[in-house]
Amino acid sequence: MTKTRTRTRKLSDLAKTVRSKNAGVDLITFDIIFRERSTYEHVKRARVITRESICALYRLPPERLADFVEFDPGNAIKFTIYRRRPSGSPGDPDIFGAQQYAPLLDIEVPDEQ
Amino acid sequence: MRSLRIICPNGHLGFAPLRVESFRLGVAAHPDCIAADSGSDDVGPVPLGTDTSTSPLAWQTHDLQAMLLASRELGVPMIIGSAGDTGANSRVDLYVRIIKELAEKHRLSRFRLGYFYSEVDREQIRRRMRRGETVPGLEGHATLDEAELDATERIVAMAGVHPFIDLLARSADVIIGGRSSDSCVFAAPAIHHGFPEAQAYYLGKVLECASFCAEPYGGKETVLGEITNDAVEVTAIHPAQRCTVASVSGHAMYERSNPYFEHVAGGTLDMSECRYEQRSERTTRVTGARFRRSSEFRVKLEGSGRIGERYVGLVGIRDPYTIAHVDEVIGWARDKVRERFGDTGYDLYYTVYGRDGIMGELEPMRDRPAHELCILVQGVAPTSEMAEEVCMIGTRQMFYARLPDVKGSAGSVAFALDEVLRASPAYRWTINHTLRCDDPLELFPTHMTSAGI
Repeated sequence: MTKTRTRTRKLSDLAKTVRSKNAGVDLITFDIIFRERSTYEHVKRARVITRESICALYRLPPERLADFVEFDPGNAIKFTIYRRRPSGSPGDPDIFGAQQYAPLLDIEVPDEQ
Repeated sequence: MRSLRIICPNGHLGFAPLRVESFRLGVAAHPDCIAADSGSDDVGPVPLGTDTSTSPLAWQTHDLQAMLLASRELGVPMIIGSAGDTGANSRVDLYVRIIKELAEKHRLSRFRLGYFYSEVDREQIRRRMRRGETVPGLEGHATLDEAELDATERIVAMAGVHPFIDLLARSADVIIGGRSSDSCVFAAPAIHHGFPEAQAYYLGKVLECASFCAEPYGGKETVLGEITNDAVEVTAIHPAQRCTVASVSGHAMYERSNPYFEHVAGGTLDMSECRYEQRSERTTRVTGARFRRSSEFRVKLEGSGRIGERYVGLVGIRDPYTIAHVDEVIGWARDKVRERFGDTGYDLYYTVYGRDGIMGELEPMRDRPAHELCILVQGVAPTSEMAEEVCMIGTRQMFYARLPDVKGSAGSVAFALDEVLRASPAYRWTINHTLRCDDPLELFPTHMTSAGI
C-alpha cells in the first residue's frame, strides 16, 4: 500500500472571519468564524486549534489564556488572552488589539480522509 | 405597548460619521426611539486622562444633528450614552451644549433635555477604602490601593440602565449620558416601557454597534431592533446588508471575552440558550435570552493616570547587517540616554516595525525580520523638555551606533525627519475595578434642562 501524505488547508481558506479585538482594557479576544457548520465541525475535530496549540503559537504561558470557547451557535472558535500591559499604555503598538490574529491564518488544518 | 422599535445609526458615535442613506431609511420606518452609544475604552487612556475627545467636534455634531432633527420630527426620544468617547463630565456638558446650539440653530420647539454625570471623585473612593471597603480589580488588575488611586487623574463609573430610566420617567425627550454600558442605552427605553429585562438587554447587546451585527461587513449603517415580550428581531436597513443568523449570533462574541454572558450594572445577560431564526431576508429573530440580577449592585470604574509628557521619533534601517543587530543599535542609544539621565525617571520605548512591531513577544516570526525596518521611538518624562531630550538622544544616537563589522560607516540609520515630534502625554489605565453601591443612582446624578425655542 502506498502511503499518502495527508493534505492540509490553511485556516485562512476555511474560515469566513479571523479577527482580534480588545475585550476591555486588559484582554484581547480572538474570533475564528466559519460560514458552514460542517467546516466548523471539521476544524474542531482536527484538534489543531486548542488551548495548547494557541499557547504554543503565541508562545504564551497557559495562565495568559483567559478563555477558550467553542461557540456552536456562531460556528466559531473564540479565545481570549491577557495583555502584557493595559491597552494604550506607552509602548503598546496595537491600542485596539486589532492586528494580533495574523499568525492564525497559516494554521494548517488536515483534510479528512 | 405590544412592541418597541429602536434604530441605532452608529456604534461609537463621533469616531466616524454615520452613513446618511441608511439612517434616512431607518427614520422613514418610524421607530419609537433613536439611540446610540458614543464611547469606548478602546481609544486608550489618553482621552480620559487629558479630558478630551478623540472624535472630532465636526463628526460628533454631524451625528447629533442628524439624530436630533429626526427625533424631534418623529416626536420620539433620542438617547446617547458615553458622551464624547469617555463619558467624562466635560464631555456630557459638551454634548448638552451641542444639542442646545443645534436646537436654536434649527429653531426647534422647546423640548426636555435630560443628562447625567458619571465621574467619581477620587476622595470618595479613598474614604470608602479607609473605612475598610475593598475595591476589587477586574481581569488581572490587583485590588485597588491608595498608591494606584493617587496615580489616577480621572475616574468614570459605568452606568447601567438606571439613570436613563430615571430621565425617561421624567419625560426627557433627549438624553445625554455619561459613561454607560453600551447595551443599556437601548435596554433602558425597553425596560421603561415594561418589556422583560432579558429581551431588553439582548436588544441592547445586538444594537450597540449598529451594522456590525449585519453582513456583508460595513460599519456605521443604521439597524433596527424590535422588542416584544418574548423575542427581539433585528433588521439591517442598508439595502445591501442583511441581519442573518450567522451575523447576529456572531455579533454576540464581538469585543467580549465570553460569547454567552454580558455583565452590566445590576446583573448578567445570559445568551447561552439563545435561539436564532431567519424571519425574512434582512431580519433575524432571537429568543431565549435570560437575565440574572446580581445579589450585590456593583459598578465598574475606569481610571486613567498620567505617566508623563511624550515625544516620538522615527528611524529606518536598510543594511542587512544592521538589521540583524538592531537590538545592539537600540542598546547603544539607550546607553547614551542613561549617560545623560541615569537609569530611572523616564521611559524609552522602541517599536521595531518589520520585525515584531505590532505583536511584540507574541510574534512567531520575530526571528525573521524584513529587508527594511522602521523603528518608532517614544520618550516619556515628567517634563516636556526632558521628554524631548530623552527621545532625541534615543533617536539620534541610533545613527552613531558602533557595530564591529558594519560596512556603512557614515550612519547606521535613515531619517525621514531629523526631528522628534510632540505626541499626546502618556497615560495608563490605572483603574479597571468595581465598586459596590447601595443605590443604583448614587454615582450618576441626573439633571433636566430644556432646549429649543
